[in-house]
Amino acid sequence: MELVCPAGNLPSLKAAVDAGANAVYAGFGNATNARHFTGLNFDRATLEQGIAYAHRRGCKLYLAINTYPQHSGWKQWQAALEGGAELGVDAFIIADGGVLEFATEHFPGIRRHLSVQASATNVDALDFYVTEYGVERAVLPRVLTVRQVERLLEQTPVEIEVFGFGSLCVMAEGRCYLSSYVTGESPNTCGVCSPAHAVQWREDHGTVRTLLNTVLIDTQAPGERVGYPTLCKGRFSVNGQLGYALESPVSLNAIELLPRLFEAGVAAVKIEGRQRSPAYVQRVSRVWRRALDACCANPDAYAVSDDWLTELAQLSEGSETTLGALHRPWQ
Amino acid sequence: MLKLAVAPVPYHWPRARILSFYADLAKAPCEILYLGETVCAKRRALTPQDWLDLAETLRAAGKEVLLSSLSLIEAASEVSTQRRLCAGSEFLIEANDLGAVTRLRGREFVAGPGINLYNPRFLTRLHALGMRRWIVPIELSRQGLETMQAHCPVDVETEVIGWGRLPLAHSARCFTARVQGLAKDECALSCADHPDGLVLYTQNEQPFLCLNGVQVQSALSHCLIDAVETLQQLGIHSLRLIPQSEGFDAVLRTFDQVRRGATTASSAVEALGRLAPTGLCNGYFHGISGMDWVAPPQVPQGQASLDAPAPRKQ
Repeated sequence: MELVCPAGNLPSLKAAVDAGANAVYAGFGNATNARHFTGLNFDRATLEQGIAYAHRRGCKLYLAINTYPQHSGWKQWQAALEGGAELGVDAFIIADGGVLEFATEHFPGIRRHLSVQASATNVDALDFYVTEYGVERAVLPRVLTVRQVERLLEQTPVEIEVFGFGSLCVMAEGRCYLSSYVTGESPNTCGVCSPAHAVQWREDHGTVRTLLNTVLIDTQAPGERVGYPTLCKGRFSVNGQLGYALESPVSLNAIELLPRLFEAGVAAVKIEGRQRSPAYVQRVSRVWRRALDACCANPDAYAVSDDWLTELAQLSEGSETTLGALHRPWQ
Repeated sequence: MLKLAVAPVPYHWPRARILSFYADLAKAPCEILYLGETVCAKRRALTPQDWLDLAETLRAAGKEVLLSSLSLIEAASEVSTQRRLCAGSEFLIEANDLGAVTRLRGREFVAGPGINLYNPRFLTRLHALGMRRWIVPIELSRQGLETMQAHCPVDVETEVIGWGRLPLAHSARCFTARVQGLAKDECALSCADHPDGLVLYTQNEQPFLCLNGVQVQSALSHCLIDAVETLQQLGIHSLRLIPQSEGFDAVLRTFDQVRRGATTASSAVEALGRLAPTGLCNGYFHGISGMDWVAPPQVPQGQASLDAPAPRKQ
């Protein structure tokens, strides 16, 4: 079972490789990847260095080209594929059928992984991508229970990668347009969710109002922690009750489920967080490396260490973790 | 002339309400009807056989009838249901997941709004697989639509969402159950209490989203009434209207009058503003935030171009 870690820039890439990642995933600094954040990601030169650093240490590099191009922007997506192929990436992570088609036709020797943004949640949807584009691995959206993941693995020939840790999308990835409804930009079209340029913090006598464009996402009383206004994690009012109606600020942590995922035949566990710091990436990757080693050596004797949990909780949104959709009661 | 299509009912209505809704539509000025449950497999107001019977009746009344598949498929039982739908139907299927396209191989199908079809390359691939019509993703602007139309094969029909609360997201989580403090497995189908969904307000009381079980919609109703002429010129085949519990017959009549030139778009906007549960939006079409409203240019000065008609509380 592979440990696949996030690389938002070269320092993070090195931190992940040094902490024991089997593969790192990265993207170019433009709308072709779903973490198109200011100051993040790679250009050709840094990606070349990153690939060399990873490959010298036996670590693979997967290039995320996982947004949905429209005709007017197609050349940028094509250039990303060509650049990645020239530099020798180990796989492309792709969501769009057009991009998959181009990769299949022009770079058949490079593995194609289906991005979580493709939103393939079931055996028949996976079959579509295997048949049409020879996809060898799929990253599952965070909507399935662990039992459903197990069932899927019994039925599909494709390798399965699941998210193990990091920020939690409460919506099925690739099918969420909340961000463009509010800001005009979404993960599908621009590689962003709740983009920073649309965020405003307004303080009045210690109370902070957080807005995304013109929409009030949350209000923090003096002393309350002010988080980033990801719009599904704001506090809203429904039926006169104020609260986290969609999801609270919390991180996914599936570390306790590792033996089940391992026994089921999951090919890789993915750590979310290309927008995080190198120190974060290093700490999370190190804990997960230990957990995977322990699990793969002897799944029956696997036990989650308190130290791991403490460290991961410190690195979680709101210091809270959840099993998310993997655990039925969360749904 | 632009055809009018009615999207599947997104809400959990009781059987009698669904049947009377379609009995009215049988006589209404619309040409295409999409039937079936597309949001939550636990909603079973009608059985699969009931839907087929209804489809037969509506076809006999002269409508083009399609059956729509579930949007987000997780459980093995949902895969089985989709396979039965795709295997057994003599009606054209609207696929809302590519899994349905897999099961419809070799047959014609319609690509629903749940399929991410953003560029000509994928359009061409789906056409080769049997796609006869596609519903344009809500995020595509007028400019994006024009480009797609320029590349669209002549035997593929394009349908644009023209009215209603927009489907913005789907989740494993049931938000309606969550609001009631219920687990998804013990949801008691509480979504049945909300025939137009449950509005989510910001802390400054702006109607923002609408919770509909595992689906999140816009609270505002997307409205392209003033684009009808443009869409006709672009060769759009049909305009899709998303059902709502009250006033849908009036919405349909208004769109019909505008497409026939019997009413101007600017006067229709006022009527539709009153028929929308919480106001109008059309930003996606203009390439800006989906929730924004760009008023038709004919509207007299004094009504600011970015102000939607006053929201009406539910």
